[in-house]
This record gives sequence, structure tokens and C-alpha cells, in this order.
Amino acid sequence: MSVTTGSPGTFSHIGYVLRGNPVTLLSFVMFAILIIAAVLGPLLVPYDPLASEAANALQPPSWAHWFGTDNLGRDVFSRVVTATRLDLMISISAVTLSLVAGSILGAIAGYWGGWLDAVLNRVMDTIMAFPLFVLAMGIVAALGNTVENIVYATAVINTPFYARLVRAEVNIRREAGFVHAAKLAGNSDIRVLAMHIFPNALPPMMVQMSLNLGWAILNAAGLSFIGLGVRPPTAEWGIMVAEGANFIVSGEWWLAVFPGLALMFAVFTFNLMGDGLRDIVDPRQRT
Amino acid sequence: MSPRLKGILFRMAQAIPVVIGVVVIGFVLTRALPGDPAVYFAGAAADAASIAEIRTMLGLDLPLPQQFLIYVGDLLSGDFGQSISTGQPVIADLASRLPASLELTLVALLLSCAIAIPLGVMAATRPGSLVDHACRVLVTAGVSLPTFFTGVVLIYIFYYLLGIAPSPLGRLDFIYIEPDRITGFYLIDSALAGDVETFFAALRQLVLPAITLALFTLAPIARMTRAAMLGALSADFVRTARAAGLTGRTVRYTYAFRNALLPVVTTLGMVFSFTLGANVLVEKVFAWPGIGSYAVEALVVSDYAAVQGFVLAMAFLFVALNLLIDVTYTLIDPRIGFEAS
Repeated sequence: MSVTTGSPGTFSHIGYVLRGNPVTLLSFVMFAILIIAAVLGPLLVPYDPLASEAANALQPPSWAHWFGTDNLGRDVFSRVVTATRLDLMISISAVTLSLVAGSILGAIAGYWGGWLDAVLNRVMDTIMAFPLFVLAMGIVAALGNTVENIVYATAVINTPFYARLVRAEVNIRREAGFVHAAKLAGNSDIRVLAMHIFPNALPPMMVQMSLNLGWAILNAAGLSFIGLGVRPPTAEWGIMVAEGANFIVSGEWWLAVFPGLALMFAVFTFNLMGDGLRDIVDPRQRT
Repeated sequence: MSPRLKGILFRMAQAIPVVIGVVVIGFVLTRALPGDPAVYFAGAAADAASIAEIRTMLGLDLPLPQQFLIYVGDLLSGDFGQSISTGQPVIADLASRLPASLELTLVALLLSCAIAIPLGVMAATRPGSLVDHACRVLVTAGVSLPTFFTGVVLIYIFYYLLGIAPSPLGRLDFIYIEPDRITGFYLIDSALAGDVETFFAALRQLVLPAITLALFTLAPIARMTRAAMLGALSADFVRTARAAGLTGRTVRYTYAFRNALLPVVTTLGMVFSFTLGANVLVEKVFAWPGIGSYAVEALVVSDYAAVQGFVLAMAFLFVALNLLIDVTYTLIDPRIGFEAS
């Protein structure tokens, strides 16, 4: 069943799905490009993303500057590529935090139930009662306007999705035969929960995580678009679109369009990958 | 008491813990302000004495449970605090700006329902067809679109390149006079006043932001319509209707579609939540004078009372809307009794 066991059947199934659905394969390639840009980007770019050159301001795309230059003469291409690392870091750390917190909370609630479960459900309902982007704004405003707080805010608004998912997956297996067998063999509750029940929740979690990453990037970029978190002159897609938006009405489109396209590329990659992973993990769930 | 009324009351009772939770989170957020709230509210030029005075005035020297009670009392009497940047009570600011946001949101939602629901139905009735694939692409692409970016691109195309859109600065070009405030919705107010020119001027300003927001909400609605319609079409009652010899059209629209609409109505609640968030971004892009841009302006000048008031107001609006949707749902679908009966 589980993808993580990596049996030959699993691999042949993955291969089968990838052959049948080249879009999923494409999404893995796109993901590789993002990772390369994030890891090696700052080394590969032709210009310093922060170096301004007033004489060369607002130049349209050319051979020297593929994506043109911005109002301070900075190379837009270098800035877009360099920004990949920051944007991915924010979203990946936020999603990881919410994954860990959601797994622990959801596993406890699903396994032991009772008042813990009731309290947790109420708390998660309350978080979901807020329009999530608005709640993130409120959290960042309250904690202070820094990049870390963007990460925490994004993690908080994502946690309910994981907690609910893990709770449901743990809950339906609480009384399963293999759980009783593991307990009879002398395993402690925590060990049964962590080693026997929880791994079953991982495949659907991977799907959720991939879809969530796209959403987390959008969310973080949206927050920096309205002036929260990342400060200029740092290169980040959301803030670059915000700065470029001032020049769009006078026709300098390249300032906003290229970072916006990069953002869309990243979100699209994660969404495609999530859909593809879902086909691999659970073929019945295809919509 | 009829079971249906009981169901509605039960559903309303369920909203109470959520509202309490929202108030608690609101309280935590206001008390978690960076640094000392008293120092912050006293202003930059305050000395120790005036800070202490502000602290007593705000009740910050009281124990936390007591502060919470005062906070709840303030909320009950409609006091969301005072905005520092406008000098007005936050609730008054929000009330005066809410119609602008609601007008934009409602027009956008109507627009996206008008496109997404037929598209979802067509995709479900012809699986594997061109429409189905188009729907799939749209659904995946739609959720990947950053709203603020679509807005910027639309401005570039329709304002700068084609010159058919008015400048993206607010609800009405400055050469027109605001219609007399009756509902606060410019379209309705100008129509009531019989002012055709202002009506179209307001409409022209509204088109681009509404399309931006609608593009964002298309995807979830189309996706849910398609899934619900597929579910309904494979249900037993549809098979029975077909077997009884009803035409494909009657089966599709009278039987399947009406049942498929119910989950779509529920999804609208979730979509509305996204829209309230996306609204903030769209309003910033188009300089739309709604509550979203109010919150953004407040954020820029660290006007925390205004921001927290906005967050709370949004949460209450959303809870009320979900309640309304669920109650409507009970009225539409007689099978639902919320397990109370």
C-alpha cells in the first residue's frame, strides 16, 4: 500500500502512471528546475541582484538583460532567479512546520479521542472560521512584520488541513487488526501510533503537502505584495510584482510580468505534482 | 416545534462556540502586539507618566481574564477600537467602506458562477470531450493564478495596450460625482437615481477588478460543479429516470443538475472565504476603496487596532455567511435535519 515501502509493485505502478500521464512527469521536471534555481541560482545569475545602475534603468528585455532592468537599473532576470530560494524557503518551512504540528495534534486526537479530540476540533474549526489570508495578515501584524512571522502565520493557517487529515486516517485504524496485533506483541501506545498507524497517513499527506506548497507560496507572495514580511531591496516575487505594478500603467511591463510568471510557474508545478501524486497514491480519487 | 426549525436552531447553536473562539483569537492577537501596547498607543513622544496613564486607561494593568471580559463587553457594544490613521472608530470606517468591497465581491461571484457552473455541467455530461479538457486546464491554471498578478496583467492589456479600460483608480472616475448614498452600492444607487451615465462609469471601473476576482474563484466552483454533476449522473435515481424513458435533457437538468447544485452551494461558502482574502489584494491593485485596502493602508502605518478590527469583522462576516448558507441548505433540501430530530 504505502509508497514509502518501495516494493517492485509500487515502482511499476509509478512507472505506469507516469507513462499514462506525461503531465506528471513534466511536473517533476519543472520541480527539478525550481530546485536547481533555488540551490544554484545565486551562483548562476549574470548580475548581482542588488546592484543598481542608474544609467541603465527601465531598459526593456535585451540580450544583455533577458528580462530587462528595473527602475534602479537592477537586472530583473537575476532578481527573479535569486528570489526562488527565498520564496521556496518560506513556503517549504511553513508547510513543514504545519505538517509536523498537524501530524502530532491529529495523531493524538485521532488515537486517544475524548476531550482532547473535542478541544482540538474546536480550535481547528475556529482557525478555519477566519478567511485564512486575512488571519495570516492579522497574525503577521500582531507578531511583527518579519519574514519568520510570515512563515509562522502561513504554518498556522495550514495546520488544520493536516490535523484533520491525520486525525481521520488514525481514527479509522485505531481498532484495526494489525494495531491489536502490534499491541499484543508488547508495543507501547506511542510506538504503535508512530510506527504502525501513522505511516498509513503519509501517502495522502504527500498529496496534501504538494498542493499546500503551491498555496503557501501564493500566500507568502500575497503578504509581501501588500507590504508584509520581506522588505525591499530583497528580491522576492511578491514584492517585485508590487514594485513593478507602479510601472505597468506607463507600459514598463517586464518589471511585474517576469516575477509574476515565475510565481505562477512555481504554484503550477506544485499543483500539477499534487494531482499527479494523487493519481499514484490513490487512483480512485481522480477528478 | 417542527424538525426543520429544530434543525435550524441546532445549527445556529453550533455557531456559538466558533464565535467565542473567534473572539478569543481576536483578543490574543490584540494582546500579542509587538512590544508594549501602552507604549505603542501613547505615541512616540510619550513619557513614563503618560504611558502609565494610557495603560490604566486601556485596562492593561488588570489581570488577563478581566481584560478579556472588558474586551468582550467592548465588542458587544460595537467598539472595535479607534483607528490611529483616520481618527475614527474602526467600526465606522469599516461600515463606510464595506459596500465597496461587497459590490466588488458579489459582482465577481455572480460572474464566476455564470461561467463556472455551465462549464462544470458541460464537462461532466461529456467526459473526455474538448470541454472536459478545457475545464481541467482551467481548474489547474485557475488555482495557480496569483490574483494580484492577474490584476496587473489585465491593467496592462486593457488599460495600457488597448485603452478600453478606465484608469485603475477606485470606484469612479473623478469627473463623475458619487451617487447619493442609499445602499452604498454605486451600481444600485445610480440606477435608483436614474443616472445612466454614472451607472456606466461605475460599471466600467468595476469590470476589471471583478474579472480578476472572478478568474480566481472560477476554478473551485467549476471543479465542484463537475464532481457533483458526475456524482449525480451516476446515481440510482438518474438511472431509474433514464430507464423510465425520460429524455436526456430532462434527466440532466431536472433530475441530476438540481441535486448537483446542493454541494455547489456549500462550496460557495469556502469560495467566499478565499474571495475575502483575495479581495485585499485586488483592492490594492485597483486602488479600490474597500475594507481590504483600508486594512492594507492601516498595516503600512502600523495602525493595529484597525487591522485587528478588520480581521475580526471578516471572521464574523464569514461565520454569518456560512450559517446563512447552511440554513438555506436546510430550506432547499428537506432531508437535512442536522441530526437533531
